Amino acid sequence: MNTTRRGFLRTTAAATVVGAVGLPHIARAAAPRFVVVGGGPAGATAAKYLKRYAPGATVTLIEANPTYTTCFMSNEVIGGDRDFATLQVGYEGLEAHGVTVMHDLVTGIDPDAKTVATQGGESVQFDRCIVAPGIDFKYDAIEGYSAEAAEVMPHAWKAGPQTTLLRSQLEAMEDGGTVIVAAPPNPFRCPPGPYERICLIANYLKQHKPKSKIIVLDAKDKFSKMPLFTQAWEMFYGYGTDNSMIEWVSKADGGTVTGVNPETMEVTAVAGSFKGDVVNIIPPQHAGTIAHTAGLVEDGWAPVNKGTFESLVVPGVHVLGDSSVAASMPKSGSSANSQGKALAAGALALAMDQEPPVPHLANACYSIGGPEHGFSVAAVYSYDDFENALKPVEGSGGVSPIDASPESRRRELFYAHSWFENIKADAWG
Amino acid sequence: MGTRHKGLRPLAAALVLGCVAMATPALAQSDDMADPTVEVMAGACTFCHGTDGNGIGAAIPSITGLPSDQFIYMMETYQDDSNPSTVMGRIARGYSESQIEDLAVYFGDKPFERPAQPWIDETMIAEGKELAAEYCESCHENEGRDGEGVGILAGQKLQYMRFSVDDFLSGAREMERRQARKFRDLMEDHGDEGFEKILNYYASVK
Repeated sequence: MNTTRRGFLRTTAAATVVGAVGLPHIARAAAPRFVVVGGGPAGATAAKYLKRYAPGATVTLIEANPTYTTCFMSNEVIGGDRDFATLQVGYEGLEAHGVTVMHDLVTGIDPDAKTVATQGGESVQFDRCIVAPGIDFKYDAIEGYSAEAAEVMPHAWKAGPQTTLLRSQLEAMEDGGTVIVAAPPNPFRCPPGPYERICLIANYLKQHKPKSKIIVLDAKDKFSKMPLFTQAWEMFYGYGTDNSMIEWVSKADGGTVTGVNPETMEVTAVAGSFKGDVVNIIPPQHAGTIAHTAGLVEDGWAPVNKGTFESLVVPGVHVLGDSSVAASMPKSGSSANSQGKALAAGALALAMDQEPPVPHLANACYSIGGPEHGFSVAAVYSYDDFENALKPVEGSGGVSPIDASPESRRRELFYAHSWFENIKADAWG
Repeated sequence: MGTRHKGLRPLAAALVLGCVAMATPALAQSDDMADPTVEVMAGACTFCHGTDGNGIGAAIPSITGLPSDQFIYMMETYQDDSNPSTVMGRIARGYSESQIEDLAVYFGDKPFERPAQPWIDETMIAEGKELAAEYCESCHENEGRDGEGVGILAGQKLQYMRFSVDDFLSGAREMERRQARKFRDLMEDHGDEGFEKILNYYASVK
């Protein structure tokens, strides 16, 4: 790549102007074809912004489900604080931007023929393919756990029926029951998610079933926003006292789960056997299935150029969102959204043999610890193309102060809810 | 609200102008895409602030349509925490002076949209409008749509404006002398309810 960025600017501007008017003096450059596999926050953002940046481009998004259910804020549904329907988004917004949406399942990607094959028998041509399938579970890491076992011991780590299942189990549980939450090893989708879930389940139990307990079996000794979560557990749920609603078993204390028995509701960890009335197993994770099928994965995740999210294994194919290795950015909805725009601009540049922009990205992620109690982690990242690294900008970022005022915590809850509305609109609207 | 020290930033304004001149050579800005680097950078703002900087949530402000120096002033006061924030200080410190200027131009060129805010108390609007005429309109001109060195109030998000007023009243955020006088008079004459009426009115302006 030896074209200058200025050259890219000029051609992009020319191409988009032409695209908007009539087409296509610039041969294939004027109307590149993109296929996006997966309609979660990553895929939806990429599809929308490809059309915004280059209205002349052909963008096809292939997604199996007619609606998407966001993982973000699904912990509020599990805790009984939010209506499930607010998690659901459709694809009409993307269609209005000119994205062709196909509801089908991608079964294979041929990088040489540049085609995507679907279960429905379709074959779709692309100049560049964007693969954004999210995560899948390493069921075999926990003996006895499986998709079937998850109908008894839900993971609820892909939102949808699993979310409502876990919610209904909590509602059906007697006061004095035990809830087990198994938290996965790194890396995984939404690093603070298990701990927010523990807060919101505890908040529900405190109000409705105060004699109940939550046992957290963790495959880690440290976790995201740990001092802030621990503080919330202490403030609201008696953590650290004899009356604590929450018991956290770290990896060092044998918290790693090795097996389950859905018939007896027993969970085996290194520390021993635990019995729960409600068991939420969040299993170890790796990239979504199609990323494996398409040969994009190494060591469980898809390595990419972190400036354009093009696969380092299969040229011409990009991997976006939770499936990719985008460290040091966490696997979050905000990260996927920010990266989706870098991908859109980068893939567009590459499709036209131009130099992609150097991205400056951000992540912001809110967690809810209790009533009127929110906190966040945020960071800004610059891309270092020599090291292929997304590095936090020095002096920026960090978590909410541990000594923040109650008013500050209250505001972060408001911001969390506004972020939720705005990111839904930015990705799918 | 959003008062700044007037005339403070001629240098920044000059830089912004210079920057525009440099960044828009022959290619002129396509309607569809500005400088891709700036587009991608601005894309990191919009998962919180909404597409093009116009959100729908109640607490996060729309950031479009501001004069560049006002946008730059807000970011700089977030950077040094003189404008208290929950998350914006941590984020603003991730951008250089020239990056902030690029963002100021980018969002400054976008229209300020005013989607419905269903949480507005409509019974307060008429009285709020009268109070605003008396206490606010001299700086927040044209029903709060513009004004020199002030933020846009017309159609701004209600909960965001409440947080801002609280910060001014508590002293967490500094007020210009004239603003401080107006705030004091309004509080003495009409109390918290006066502020609430005014904010509901401004939020309702289309």
